[in-house]
Amino acid sequence: MSNLLNISSSPHVRDKSSTKSIMWDVFLALMPATIFGICNFGIKAAVLIVTCVVTAVLSEYIWQKAMKLPLTVSDGSAALTGLLLALNLSSTFPVWMAVIGSVFAIIIVKQLFGGLGQNFMNPALGARCFLMVSFAGQMTSFTYDGVTGATPLAMIKQGDDSTRLVDMFLGTIGGTIGETCTLALLLGAAYLLVRKVITWTIPVCYIVTFAVFALIFGGHGFDITYLAKELCGGGLMLGAFFMATDYVTSPITPRGQIVFGILLGVLTGVFRIFGASAEGVSYAIIICNLLVPLIERVTIPVPFGKEGIKDGK
Amino acid sequence: MNSCTERLKNGIITENPTFVMMLGMCPTLAVTSSAINGLGMGLTTTAVLVLSNVFISLLRKVIPDKVRIPAFIVVVASFVTIIQLLLKAFLPFLDSALGVYIPLIVVNCIILGRAEAYASKNPVVPSLFDGLGMGLGFTFGLTCIGICREILGAGAIFGKEFIPDDFHITFFVLAPGAFLVLAFLTAIQNKLKLPSATNVERDDSLSCGGNCASCVGASCVANKGIIEAERVAAKAAKAQAAKEAAEKAKAAKAAKAAEKKED
Repeated sequence: MSNLLNISSSPHVRDKSSTKSIMWDVFLALMPATIFGICNFGIKAAVLIVTCVVTAVLSEYIWQKAMKLPLTVSDGSAALTGLLLALNLSSTFPVWMAVIGSVFAIIIVKQLFGGLGQNFMNPALGARCFLMVSFAGQMTSFTYDGVTGATPLAMIKQGDDSTRLVDMFLGTIGGTIGETCTLALLLGAAYLLVRKVITWTIPVCYIVTFAVFALIFGGHGFDITYLAKELCGGGLMLGAFFMATDYVTSPITPRGQIVFGILLGVLTGVFRIFGASAEGVSYAIIICNLLVPLIERVTIPVPFGKEGIKDGK
Repeated sequence: MNSCTERLKNGIITENPTFVMMLGMCPTLAVTSSAINGLGMGLTTTAVLVLSNVFISLLRKVIPDKVRIPAFIVVVASFVTIIQLLLKAFLPFLDSALGVYIPLIVVNCIILGRAEAYASKNPVVPSLFDGLGMGLGFTFGLTCIGICREILGAGAIFGKEFIPDDFHITFFVLAPGAFLVLAFLTAIQNKLKLPSATNVERDDSLSCGGNCASCVGASCVANKGIIEAERVAAKAAKAQAAKEAAEKAKAAKAAKAAEKKED
């Protein structure tokens, strides 16, 4: 009987999920893309991934020990940040630079602002942009099959349409370790959606807005192949499903998430189509991360029964 | 001449414009991409600061109180123009490196702040040393930040490269690096309990901490708000008291009338 009647004060959380389980779910969901990346780019990619994960976890551990904070290494968030950062790097990226990037992500973007739950932007993307600004040459040099070349996205921007759509979908192209295989990323995203770790709102709003933007301003008219290539190329899928949906740096209300997704789509479109660089997902996401407090402010839901009553009177 | 050395120490350490008072942040963040730029900017500002402090101190009894700010700006702007022309003539590389930030010394809040807070109230010699101390403090701050950024971002000190090209973290010579380096230097100051903007003991009732010696006028706006709020509260209390008095009188009158009726 005492097992049946359980008396406790609210909130009565029945869900078994915790920070730890969510982080490991995302980790698991990234595995297809990670394994494909390692198969695609070889042992160098594996070394880079392991380095980033280990550095991220270690720097979080050392920081929390040094600052006498409670240890949160075991919740997996630092490991996830390291993995996401590695998936955002080119396979030929020097290992010591990746170490600096991981330390920057954990110490400066995350811990200096108060640790998990208080970082103002996605740590992995913050570090990616830091590395992009610092080591532009190494960040944008992509080697595939021993040949160094531009990414398909950059080729499309220059008017070279020779990359096959199938290759872009399956990921047998040059690019960062984790972004190339759209199929693997979609598998992971489906897993997250089924497990209800993420909702569809942000990714769908993001991708649809970007698609509409690319159709209108892309300069290719209503060209489905071009559109599909834009969607499969670059970090759009990785960003939309795995980074824009980060709980800490995205709005919590559904309305806010719609606004967030649309903003992301428009910004990515502007950066990709009108910007100097072919890629714009990471910058779009970190800019929108900074806008989240404003989005939250204008999308506060009205409590039930208060509709039509203004100024809270 | 005790006050002169005190002024020098005050400018360089106790009230260091960059690290303690956090004044003149615009050139601090913008031109410190290398040590030589920081040093050049600091020394240029020092020259202007010393000259303007001396002149304003000389003119302090002539300048009418109401138009003192425009008068100060005219003096400062004249010296900035002179210095800029001198730089163009003798140090053209520094002039092109600092660019628009030399004319912008006119609106540097350290210079106007020292004129307002010190030179316009004190004799010539202490004002000169005040300007010198503040200028050297500013130079020290800028050079420190410049050295840090140059080492990390360009692997060099004063243009002498000692780290190979591959290991430069370009981030630090760009704008965000300035914020990061300044933040880290301030964090070190706080950790070591050195004088810093957040380490001074303050009089909490006034937003500026009541430190009138280093007051540049800007914080008085905040104080004005506090004083205004106090004034409004006093007025409200007075009105309340008057109202109560009126009500009392009314009640007394009514009581009197009732008494009359009873009669």
